[in-house]
Amino acid sequence: MATPLTPVITEFWDRPDLYTLDGYRAVGGYTALDKALKMDPDAIIGQVKDSGLRGRGGAGFPTGMKWGFVPQGDGKPHYLVVNADESEPGACKDIPIMMANPHALVEGVIIASYAIRANHAFIYIRGEVPNAIRKVAFAVRQAKEAGLIGKNILGSGFDLDVVVHSGAGAYICGEETALLDSLEGYRGQPRLKPPFPAVAGLYASPTVINNVETIANVPYIVDRGVEWFRQFGTEKSPGFKVFAVSGHVKRPGIYEAPLGITMRELLDYAGGMRDGSNVKFWIPGGSSVPMLTPEHLDLPLTYEAMAEAGTMLGTGTPMLFDQTTSVVKAVTRWLEFYKHESCGKCTPCREGTYWITGVLEKFEHGHGTEGEMETLVNLCGQIAGRSFCALGDAAATPYPAALKYFRDEFEAATHTSADEQFDPVASYVFAGAGAR
Amino acid sequence: MTITNEPGTQVAVPTELVTVIIDGVAIGVPKGTLVIRAAEMLGIEIPRFCDHPLLEPVAACRACLIEIDGVPKPQPACAQVVSDGMQVHTQYSSDVARLAQEGVMEFLLLNHPLDCPVCDKGGECPLQNQAMSIGRPESRFTEEKRTFDKPINVSAQILLDRERCVSCARCTRFADQIAGDPMLELLERGAQQQVGTADDQPFDSYFSGNTIQICPVGALTSATYRFRARPFDLVSVPTSCEHCASGCALRTDYRRSTVTRRLAWDDPQVNEEWNCDKGRFAFAYLQQGRIEWPLVRENGELRTASWPEALAVAARGLQSAGTDTAVLVGGRSTMEDAYAYSRFARVALGTDNIDFRARANSEEEREFLAAHIAGTPIKVEYADLENAPIVLLACFEPEDESPIVFLRLRKAASNASGKNVTVVSVAAGATRGLAKMNGTLIPAKPGQEAAALANLPQDIQQALAQPGAVIMVGERAASSPGTLSAAVQLSQQTGAALAWVPRRAGERGALDAGAIAGLLPGGRPISDPTARSEVAQIWGIEVSALPQQGLSGLALHDAVDAGRIRGVVVGGVELSDYPHQAAEALGKVDFIVSLENHHSAVTEMADVVLPVGVVTEKSGTFLDWEGRPRPFGQVFRDAMMGSDASVLAMLADSMGHSLPGAVNDLRAQMGRLGPWTGARATMGPTRASTTTDGVRLETWRLLLDLGVMQEGDAHLAATARPTVARMSARTAQAHGIAEAATVHGPAGSITAPVEIDDSMIDSVVWLPMNSDGSRIYRDLGAGYGDGVRLAAGTQAGGLS
Repeated sequence: MATPLTPVITEFWDRPDLYTLDGYRAVGGYTALDKALKMDPDAIIGQVKDSGLRGRGGAGFPTGMKWGFVPQGDGKPHYLVVNADESEPGACKDIPIMMANPHALVEGVIIASYAIRANHAFIYIRGEVPNAIRKVAFAVRQAKEAGLIGKNILGSGFDLDVVVHSGAGAYICGEETALLDSLEGYRGQPRLKPPFPAVAGLYASPTVINNVETIANVPYIVDRGVEWFRQFGTEKSPGFKVFAVSGHVKRPGIYEAPLGITMRELLDYAGGMRDGSNVKFWIPGGSSVPMLTPEHLDLPLTYEAMAEAGTMLGTGTPMLFDQTTSVVKAVTRWLEFYKHESCGKCTPCREGTYWITGVLEKFEHGHGTEGEMETLVNLCGQIAGRSFCALGDAAATPYPAALKYFRDEFEAATHTSADEQFDPVASYVFAGAGAR
Repeated sequence: MTITNEPGTQVAVPTELVTVIIDGVAIGVPKGTLVIRAAEMLGIEIPRFCDHPLLEPVAACRACLIEIDGVPKPQPACAQVVSDGMQVHTQYSSDVARLAQEGVMEFLLLNHPLDCPVCDKGGECPLQNQAMSIGRPESRFTEEKRTFDKPINVSAQILLDRERCVSCARCTRFADQIAGDPMLELLERGAQQQVGTADDQPFDSYFSGNTIQICPVGALTSATYRFRARPFDLVSVPTSCEHCASGCALRTDYRRSTVTRRLAWDDPQVNEEWNCDKGRFAFAYLQQGRIEWPLVRENGELRTASWPEALAVAARGLQSAGTDTAVLVGGRSTMEDAYAYSRFARVALGTDNIDFRARANSEEEREFLAAHIAGTPIKVEYADLENAPIVLLACFEPEDESPIVFLRLRKAASNASGKNVTVVSVAAGATRGLAKMNGTLIPAKPGQEAAALANLPQDIQQALAQPGAVIMVGERAASSPGTLSAAVQLSQQTGAALAWVPRRAGERGALDAGAIAGLLPGGRPISDPTARSEVAQIWGIEVSALPQQGLSGLALHDAVDAGRIRGVVVGGVELSDYPHQAAEALGKVDFIVSLENHHSAVTEMADVVLPVGVVTEKSGTFLDWEGRPRPFGQVFRDAMMGSDASVLAMLADSMGHSLPGAVNDLRAQMGRLGPWTGARATMGPTRASTTTDGVRLETWRLLLDLGVMQEGDAHLAATARPTVARMSARTAQAHGIAEAATVHGPAGSITAPVEIDDSMIDSVVWLPMNSDGSRIYRDLGAGYGDGVRLAAGTQAGGLS
């Protein structure tokens, strides 16, 4: 039997007014906040720990544990920062959440701030999505007007101010410490750790940085309890996930399902591949995770199963590509992205992405060499685990996996260009007409 | 590279040691030590570019990746703190570390132009060296390199070649963390990342040259040195800086008997690894416009003479003046030369009329120096500044007047050092330098410093009473009556140590050598019988032959002006440095002997000019402001000229006196004399502040200005700060001043653009003392604290 979808965050997305305070309240919004404010903050941290919620931004770090790292009673201000800088190729789930259900994020922000004793929270949203920024800013304003943000929230004695901040167009600012630098007004580059943000983050004070979806989960956990949450997913990957399926599928979109659902099941919900096409390769969550092939379609989409298959769940936003796609071209596009977005701070990422991209572009035009196929593997190895932050690691992942599964295409690219191997028009998702 | 633990300067704090095992060798190091430093202690060199011991770790270049047991990924040794029992494997015992380092090295060379054969850094380049030790013999990179326009000016002096840059961020971190002039920044991202400045804001820093020296590639070069020489063709000699009393250790590099560049050398106790741009770049004077032969005046004109003739004429002239003679020694003399002048005056001329203070001075200052400074051991040193609870500055602008003191105070006051030393300055306004030291202003109108010191806020007085507190007074205190007395009183009341920071490199040494009236070498009062007999014995003369207390300062000037002085020996003095009309007075002297290396106002009126050597042509010693000897050796063995001391020895010989002229003999003699241990001279009655009504002038010499030893380097001169008239908005308004101000003094006026500075107290105007368009002694006839008249200027920015 197919795993059923479990819409929670997405349950009422068909309500046109869900983005408003009234609409959100009509479906039970902000009841979790009432509960939370009557609880001991440590009990909320305990509850999130017990739920096993893992960060939905890609790394999957246990959220409750992160909150627990914040030293309490240290006399310093604490900050909550929401990482809404979603900009990875293929990742598109935080922006829809902010567009459709911004109050779930806002409610989660208030509860999380209360739990870690933060009186200031910041939502750092990718600058290229003004529509999402407007929606979240609107929700925050409504929450302020309703007394849900401000002084003495709902008579609890808890004060909170929430700032919606727009990024300025750098992927690196999704790296949490670069995000902090950017938020402080500096050029966004990752910071040396230690100290970790939980000890010295924003303005050198204890800071928790969580992904949008992670925070949006919090109200539901507080409202419905640990047991309810743990009925979804697996022991190591409890709960549900907002999966954003894209690529050559019939119905690309958001599918909220328990962790552990398989790609094949999700693909069925997405209507299968477009007519006459088959899965050639797919990535489970953003371009930063190594690609998989049809033989992996029946693996459960959990942190642990994906790791075992040599990839990562990442942001949980699978992208599927059919047989019209040139792997060489796809990998080249991804590396061009990393080259463009490398912040320049560390040598391996700055120089490595520059070099690899140059070589891949030769392959794309049919001018690669056998030797360079191995050089590229070597270069990726010189970046992975040697760069300053995860951006370099991410840049080193697409090629080795692509070579592992599609060596023949790279061999062909030593004499035939990608466009000759694969008609580019045929791979367009919006057409087919005009293809050779 | 400097290890920042300064031996002998730290109080013995028991340090907790942890044991780290590097490549199988265990070593105990203090807790908190970085792996890269621990490895250095074992003699294991790990490659590095961004790492610098005096900068905070950034771990950006990744050249120093090493393997640590139990840690999955290689870690940067420059940012990894050791822990007890940590097992570290460097490139010598770990393939992971070696391959990681090789990989980084290969990456660093991708976009580097590999133009070593034409690069200034080639031959002394960390990139070149480390590419040889850990790089691949052949490149696998065949793609196109990234290119930039080059070079670009980040200042008039500093040129940037962005293609060579490896983005180690040493220069940007230096500018921000050390100099406090964060105008250099990394811009753009990825391979396009580059060092740069804002469009309208060049790298305006007195310390900019240090970025060239710490650049691990040839990305930063100076306009002065670019393409002038290859490092392997240079001969390097350790020297000491002659430009100020900070006492920097330098390295002088020369080629074919020409100095090509000077670098900051490593002295953790003094300048750490830094120096200022004046010390680095102002050396053209060493070889340009030198006087090569003795000159004798005949029929009103100087003509070339032989040494025997010139010496004979000089001896005859001086002898005919009898004891109505005087000696003026410039503040740039080495201690040995000053000692030779001191002895020449007393023995060969038989006079005590001598002064090294070629600047504004006072009798109060002479008494202060005799009572509290001359011949005393080091009381305050650089390290003390870092450990002081508070450092109070009076009549002293460290950034301009002693830049390495400034750097140390800035380090002491910065939060990053964890020391948070409080810096307080008694001045008319909070300068840019004070802001960089996180300093607080105690406002005082020039001339009112004494009153300010006597009425300090309670909390500052309390802070000064804490152990380790320091009071620093600058040479300008001599221009503010009562200030030195007040400083002494404050020091005695609170127990704070008192340091006198002269501007010129030779002043402290000249003082200790007795080149001032009333003081024999070692701080011996000339009036003290024991002191006289000690000196007479060493000098091999009868005590009775030593002159009695003579004249100095204004009293000496007045005597000269009144025609009572008939013969003068002048060594290295710029007459325009005196606030009074020194040239006019000197014109009344019958016979002048000038020991000089360049033509000056003195040589113009001298009867005999005896050429002497510059610092590269002799060895010697400066005493820095601490009183620390800064000895240096002779750079050019085949010196064109001898030292002042050796010329004075010849002159004395012509006058029938045998005086030593060799540095070693002079040092031995000074050593035998040693410091004075008897009763010290005492200060006279406390001077009252003068009235300071009306608009008063605040002024000092900018680090880079029209000083004669800065001549000859247009690029350096172009980095000098522009002349402005600084005042508060209210002062400007009160005088109807908008964009430009005209400052009127007795001798004339100066018009300069106005810079409004609301930290300044009202009715004070600041002008640079000796800068382009503002030579205040000449143009105004006024000095520090003098009354001036303010009016709106007519020619905004119309500077000469």
